Amino acid sequence: MSAYNFAFLDEQTKRMIRRALLKAVAIPGHQVPFGSREMPLSYGWGTGGVQVTASVIGPDDVFKVIDQGADDTTNAVSIRQFFERTTGVRTTTRTDAATLIQTRHRIPETPLREGQILVLQVPIPEPLRWLEPREIETRKMHALEEYGVMHVRLYEDITRHGHVETAYDYPVLVNGRYLMRPSPIPKFDNPKLDRNPALLLFGAGREKRIYAVPPYTPVRSLDFEDHPFTVERWDRTCALCGAADAFMDEIVVDDKGGRMFVCSDTDHCERRRGR
Amino acid sequence: MAADVPLLRARDVSKLYGARVGCRDVGLDLWPGEVLGIVGESGSGKTTLLGCLSGRLVPTSGSVEFMLRDGTVVDVLQLSEPALRKLARTDWGVVHQNPRDGLRAGVTAGANVGERLMALGARHYGRIRAEALDWLDRVEIDRGRIDDWPETFSSGMQQRLQIARTLVTRPRLVFMDEPTGGLDVSVQARLLDLVRGLTADLGLSAIIVTHDLAVTRLLAHRLLVMRGGEVVESGLTDQVLDDPQHPYTQLLVSSVLQP
Repeated sequence: MSAYNFAFLDEQTKRMIRRALLKAVAIPGHQVPFGSREMPLSYGWGTGGVQVTASVIGPDDVFKVIDQGADDTTNAVSIRQFFERTTGVRTTTRTDAATLIQTRHRIPETPLREGQILVLQVPIPEPLRWLEPREIETRKMHALEEYGVMHVRLYEDITRHGHVETAYDYPVLVNGRYLMRPSPIPKFDNPKLDRNPALLLFGAGREKRIYAVPPYTPVRSLDFEDHPFTVERWDRTCALCGAADAFMDEIVVDDKGGRMFVCSDTDHCERRRGR
Repeated sequence: MAADVPLLRARDVSKLYGARVGCRDVGLDLWPGEVLGIVGESGSGKTTLLGCLSGRLVPTSGSVEFMLRDGTVVDVLQLSEPALRKLARTDWGVVHQNPRDGLRAGVTAGANVGERLMALGARHYGRIRAEALDWLDRVEIDRGRIDDWPETFSSGMQQRLQIARTLVTRPRLVFMDEPTGGLDVSVQARLLDLVRGLTADLGLSAIIVTHDLAVTRLLAHRLLVMRGGEVVESGLTDQVLDDPQHPYTQLLVSSVLQP
């Protein structure tokens, strides 16, 4: 693939994105605009994540791609192959062996460590978007820390459902300052954001925003004093590996109402089964 | 708190829209606990003046000073945007003519009342809800409606909900723009009664813009009469209404229909 530059993007674009990344790391949780490029995959498939990955990946990296916890779905396989062909780097499905992980909708169950980079794909970066449609106003609200309206949404959830119904993309406050959408990860993964030793990068291609949570940054999920934040629990274990503490997918196995619960993180599940 | 300093003082406030005059050389003092009425026909500059006083419009010239809780006087027009927005959330309240401009559609009545509390940092669901219930009582909305959407309320109830939502954080100064506009007379009467009770109980200062002289007679201590962007007459409400001096005021007073 010598017709393409290393990792597809040209060097000027990578530098532009790296500058945005540096700014994002310097202001944890703050959305930094960047000149998002047209990528050879459609919006909504991870164009933001792919551009961030292309800007930070190096020849010595070991690369892993996760889609909804799995390494073997179309999106994960395609993006992994894309970088195999445009960079020639080694790839893996093992979380502990990877140095760079691009993910959609999950943070791996295996704890990340210092030196690893997790790139999350973001569809809508603005946490206040459905409460305030004007971009100019949401930017002001971020600048002035006017985040009370986010609690109006949580209040509504508790009023209607008795508890906060938001189960994914659950809003967080980063470093005590910026309100952030953690991308559509289940709220089960929110505690993993807090003081994570790895560098977490967020890329939104269509919305042209990059933000970051640097290593060991405090990240707090919003809640009320009398309705504290909680994560999902299952009263059953993984049908394949028996894990009781992992995020579960419910899979319909026949047309007679049969179903099974399995780990969403395929790497975690396979290694527990000793493969 | 010095008793000889007004809560709000405006001097020579002018707002020009190009060559057209919004309001010109308006000065007023609003004292703590006082309700000031601004009357005049449509297009006389009432709403423009209200916008200038409440920091939502930038006047072409003039000054507006406001006394904070600690007694210091700030120039509203020189305040930074963060400070102005904070003032608007804490010490000020705005009641719009159309309740839909002041309410958040799509969330329940309770959330509407609680929003300003949450904006000021309230993070206890039970206490926010208790406060919202208390305010529904005060504005005579049935407690059972707390989880209903404002769009299911009658326009009179929506207006009362807007008042509850504004007063829940105990602002010291409330700007009301035609609070009874579009309501039928019996609903108007109840609302006026309510506002009069609340301003008296809470010691609120208020500036009420209206074209309805009956509203001002019930609520306002003092009146400004505006015409063509200028104040043509001012004084105590009953003095202005019962003994109008300026020809325009005389016309205004005499045009009120007596049933």
